[in-house]
Amino acid sequence: MKKYFLNKVIAVILIITAGFAACSKSNNSPAPTPTVYYDQADQVGRPAINTVFIPASGKDSFNTTIPTQMPGFFANDMKTSLLTLNPGYTTNLLGLTADQFIGVVSTDVLNASTTGVTSFYNGTQVLTGRTLSDDVIDVELTLVFGGPNGTENPGLTSDHVNGNDKTFLMSFPYEASPW
Amino acid sequence: MKQKKLVLIVLVAMATTIGGFLLASDHIDAPAVKNQTTDITDLYVFNGSDTNNLVFIGNTQGLLAPTSTAAAAFDPNTLIQFNIDNNGDNVEDLVIQAIYANGMMNFYGPVVPSMTGTRSKLEGPVTASVAVTAYGAASPAIASGASGIKVFAGPRDDPFFFDLNQYHAILGGKATSFNNPGSDTFAGTNVLGVVVEVPKSLLKSTGKLNVWLTTKKKEQ
Repeated sequence: MKKYFLNKVIAVILIITAGFAACSKSNNSPAPTPTVYYDQADQVGRPAINTVFIPASGKDSFNTTIPTQMPGFFANDMKTSLLTLNPGYTTNLLGLTADQFIGVVSTDVLNASTTGVTSFYNGTQVLTGRTLSDDVIDVELTLVFGGPNGTENPGLTSDHVNGNDKTFLMSFPYEASPW
Repeated sequence: MKQKKLVLIVLVAMATTIGGFLLASDHIDAPAVKNQTTDITDLYVFNGSDTNNLVFIGNTQGLLAPTSTAAAAFDPNTLIQFNIDNNGDNVEDLVIQAIYANGMMNFYGPVVPSMTGTRSKLEGPVTASVAVTAYGAASPAIASGASGIKVFAGPRDDPFFFDLNQYHAILGGKATSFNNPGSDTFAGTNVLGVVVEVPKSLLKSTGKLNVWLTTKKKEQ
């Protein structure tokens, strides 16, 4: 018992000493910089998802929602937008029903292959990346308006702007110089 | 057919009224970021000219006329972050961060972040730094960092192309189809771009990544 008490006293002394040591150490060095945090303001995965599918009241909150929570919060609104844009929607060129299509786009991330060709859609590759020259708007218009064969609503499936107004660079940083 | 089209136009017009004007790729997509340094325009992910590398491009602050591009600047309080999921759960396993300070764009990562989600901190150490290319510079400033990453930051032509005006006309019931040829609403406009090229070996991928770009504002 006595020995236990003595151990406790020693332990307390050691803790106090350690405390002093820590104090004197921190007194001799500058105060640590507080960690700076940053809060999400905008987000994008695939092009034009927020602009096309999210109603005005949800646009800000969509931008500050993490991808795993997007389907739960926004899939219903997105399906309504799809069927408002194209009331005749059945399936699209990818064979996706409205629910399946919204199931894909409601998690707004850009899929990218690390082993093959990177393309938003080139007839063979589907969602394996996005290059600067990919005509993503025609792809999305076709998937929204074009029906199962991509041939419905032909006036709405291409904007007939097929490329950029400047030539991209073949090497880093790839984007063209500014106007 | 004509009636069907008319119904479509009326419904689309209604959607426009309800949903506000549809804008572009992600340019000025939402009230809180419109005309802010946090406003993202586009994300691109593609193979580099050396296909052992993957290129990440994040563009911000779009629709800059040439006359206003020189005055446009990156914001030291805005963190630009590429989020990379490499195991298919749509949660970031790696991040590449870019933040501006004193004429330089400093890059962190690719690194496993200490926290995921809407709140972030800089995940040090800096892995590359490049002087922000000035508007009108004869050639882009490029820097290489640790582990073979290459970086750029500065004004660029907006690579996005779309006949947005005609799309608005269709949604507004003033037109029934796109024109052929169309007219690129983004022709002649610039963005502030961040370009990072990374050896694929740093991404610990099993073949497929999910990537999204975020901007985050410094807490006051």
